[in-house]
Amino acid sequence: MSNQHHSQESHDHGSVKSYTTGLILSIILTVIPFGLVMTGALSAMTTLAAIMIMAVVQIVVQVVYFLHLNEGSGPRWNMISLWFTILIVGIVVVGSVWIMFHLNHNLMVGM
Amino acid sequence: MSTQSMTNQDAHAHGHEHDDHEHHDPVATKVFGFWIYIMSDCVLFASIFATYAVLGTNYAGGPTSHELFELPFVLVETFVLLASSFMIGLATLAMNKGNKQGTMLWLALTLILGAVFVSLEIYEFHHFISEGAGPQRSAFLSSFFTLVGTHGLHVTSGVIWAIILLIQIATKGLNDMNRSRLMCLSLFWHFLHIIWICVFTIVYLMGVI
Repeated sequence: MSNQHHSQESHDHGSVKSYTTGLILSIILTVIPFGLVMTGALSAMTTLAAIMIMAVVQIVVQVVYFLHLNEGSGPRWNMISLWFTILIVGIVVVGSVWIMFHLNHNLMVGM
Repeated sequence: MSTQSMTNQDAHAHGHEHDDHEHHDPVATKVFGFWIYIMSDCVLFASIFATYAVLGTNYAGGPTSHELFELPFVLVETFVLLASSFMIGLATLAMNKGNKQGTMLWLALTLILGAVFVSLEIYEFHHFISEGAGPQRSAFLSSFFTLVGTHGLHVTSGVIWAIILLIQIATKGLNDMNRSRLMCLSLFWHFLHIIWICVFTIVYLMGVI
């Protein structure tokens, strides 16, 4: 029974504690960027960098505390497909923005 | 594994040590298959985000993101979705303890909060369209409605799924089928909240800076 119980704790669902930790961290990481943008306390570029960093941190928090990808059985394939997806997403988003920005820029010069 | 029913613990406790990192468990295999679907959905959202990133400042003389977006309203939407993401986590915890009533309670709260989120989004869309800021107004608004609307459709389908699952759990109990369904739904729901973090940051916060 204790063995069974242990496997449950460490499998794919964590505990109330891990969900609560994730919830509190997510609230903090949502309120701070919201406050920065609403008050305009920092310069535009600093605010931009800060909210981007906090979004990435919040995504990592959610993956760790809500999805529990870092533990349990079979995470190796989950992680491999996740990293592959991150690669594809990076190529699609960065590639599109990069190319379209340059096209836009060149068209502006032409005009 | 944890996803097995509690009744055959003994037989299972022995096999568990050997099977821990393999996919003999049909529930784990299903959840992994669903994970692959979620990854493909990520790529779908990536292409829509890329479209928004490219077109997001082409206002065509129409309303700009600064004029349209009301951040406090969006913050409420964000917290509603975050709370529902937390609730479905509690639903899976209750399921793993074999607590049928608890599972159904948390799942019901999840779907109510999901429905509230969708209602808020429909209200926001209606508000924009009634101000003449419909998807046909500019490239910015077309890509905005596509991105946020796709996310909203996902949440809507998640709510419908939760309603059906609630009925299934009520009639058939926490059997293996319903367990894997709830595991998949919780993955889907957490994934939708992660997408919303990106929407909140890239569309709303960056649109107002």
